Amino acid sequence: MGLDTLIQNFLNALQWGSFYALIALGYTLVYGVLLLINFAHGDIFMVGAYIGFFLATFLLGQYAFSLPFSLSPQVIFIVTLLLTMILTAFAGVTLERVAYRPLRRKGVNRLYVVITALMCGLILENGNLALLGANRRNFPQLLDNTVYSIGGVTFSDVKLLVIFTTIAVFVLLETIVRKTKLGMAMRAISYDRMAVPLMGIPVDTVIVFTFALGSSMAALAGVLFATAYPVLEPYMGALVGWKAFIAAVIGGIGEIRGAFAGGFLLGFVEIFVAAFFPSTLRDLIAFSILLVFLSIKPTGIFGVARATKI
Amino acid sequence: MRRYSPHLFYALLCLLILIAAQGNWLNAYLQLIIMFMGVNIILSTSLNLVNGYMGEFSVGHAGFMAVGAYVTSVLNVWLFTSDRVFGPALLPAKSVIFLFPVTLLIGGIVAAFVGLLVAIPSFKTRGDYLAIITLAVNYIVKSAIENIQVIGGARGFMGMRNIGNAMKEVVNLPWIMIWIFVGTGFSVWVIYRFVNSTYGKGIVAVRDDEIAAEIMGVNTRHMKMVAFMLSSGLAGIAGGLFAHILGYINPGSFTIMKSTEIMVMVYLGGMGSLSGSVLSAIGFTIILELFRPLQVIKWVAIPLLLILLMLFRPEGLLGHRELTDVFPRLRRIFVPQGRRA
Repeated sequence: MGLDTLIQNFLNALQWGSFYALIALGYTLVYGVLLLINFAHGDIFMVGAYIGFFLATFLLGQYAFSLPFSLSPQVIFIVTLLLTMILTAFAGVTLERVAYRPLRRKGVNRLYVVITALMCGLILENGNLALLGANRRNFPQLLDNTVYSIGGVTFSDVKLLVIFTTIAVFVLLETIVRKTKLGMAMRAISYDRMAVPLMGIPVDTVIVFTFALGSSMAALAGVLFATAYPVLEPYMGALVGWKAFIAAVIGGIGEIRGAFAGGFLLGFVEIFVAAFFPSTLRDLIAFSILLVFLSIKPTGIFGVARATKI
Repeated sequence: MRRYSPHLFYALLCLLILIAAQGNWLNAYLQLIIMFMGVNIILSTSLNLVNGYMGEFSVGHAGFMAVGAYVTSVLNVWLFTSDRVFGPALLPAKSVIFLFPVTLLIGGIVAAFVGLLVAIPSFKTRGDYLAIITLAVNYIVKSAIENIQVIGGARGFMGMRNIGNAMKEVVNLPWIMIWIFVGTGFSVWVIYRFVNSTYGKGIVAVRDDEIAAEIMGVNTRHMKMVAFMLSSGLAGIAGGLFAHILGYINPGSFTIMKSTEIMVMVYLGGMGSLSGSVLSAIGFTIILELFRPLQVIKWVAIPLLLILLMLFRPEGLLGHRELTDVFPRLRRIFVPQGRRA
């Protein structure tokens, strides 16, 4: 493998890992606050991509009525991205309100909530399939995907956009969690759930904020993913979601740094496996790595084992 | 006499169904549904051992089922039939009538060892990790089968129909159905005896309070492993039987969807309730058949059912109770051995 192929694969891996990292964030945020594995999160990513698709085609005027003004594709892209993030955040919060909160209020076993999350994911997937049918949809091309080539390495501006957005999101989230009051509340809940309401911190608000944050990051990933790979189908979130979850676990679930580290690590592994082995082995190897990793270091890269008090 | 009444009752029921099947009073479709019921009963009771009695959360039961299904099918096709890939039969085709349970058991044992492989890393860690690992194993198994071209890869594996026919040639009986009845009876019996034994009560102790159980001298890690191996082994047997019902399997039948189906059965029937699992497996098989015309909507309706169940009756229909607790009169016929007399 020459140097240029290596750099090429490196760039691809960065892009691929960015998607995992962005989705893994949602898992890790929710787990950090609620100790809940939100298995529906991969499908929130799918919902985000679909909302983005409908918004973009609507703004492009591909439906029965067109807008009185026409926007340039770049503006449409930015508007779509922002609106999708807001709408998907609402979807995530709705899920929390309708399905998880009543269960939490009843104080049932945590496992029931996990099962509910798994079922919500299935409903989102199959509900989409039932509503919109099985035909795939093509995400409209909003950015003129210019391909640059330096040496033997080619990269498009979409690829750069994805990578830089992910890095920006990382910085943003670290700031939110470390520097703001809400972030402090989030960390406090994950540290001691019983004491936090006693200190006058509105737990439900923090939880809603967490879900909104996680879902909007999934939506961001969804729109970026659809821009890079413009084919949408109802099950697109399932496997990517599971793998992002693996990324979150490898990084140490509950840690924002971990989500990014795990996401990029998984991206690298997958791209380089596909470079050396037949690509059908990709899933096999990705999941095997999870197993091996968990048996060696169950807490993940950044996770800290916590002693339970009896 | 009363002690053996459940066994007698079950034997009589099986006999009646067999006579009905043999006398053509049951059409092929109904026979098929009855066979699927049997397989589903094995699956739901065995998952209930881990998810219900032990209170862990295993989500990849279909993976173990796939292991059992493939091992049993490949062994049978390799040993008893002449196949394009595996060459001529190694043993006379007629001997399958004696050796079928052996291959079935081998499938179960291999599945149990895969279960052990899962159990070792996962029980070292916190509870959530079993969910993650079993999920990963489900994908690994499916993906591995898809990549082994000898056994058909993603196209699937067939030829098990000849096994059923070979058994029929020796004695003309619906053999697959007989073995399913035997397997179902065996697995329910094993789990019943296990969870009611002094040794097996350790599992319930682990669920109720792991630390207290450890202090009381229950070897919790050992207990968890035994329960998990038993559960995955029985799932493997169920898989072997499942493969021989239709005579065709493909990796697509052992996805997370299948695991979800099994989970729905367990939680519908009630965690830690054996009779609940049996009843819900029967009921759920019927519901699945009724919903079949709905196609995609089925997969919206089933999860919705489970969510509603979680919201309004999280312990399931018979949570931690048996049928004899709900209808005490049944105790006149079925004496629960040594259980809360």
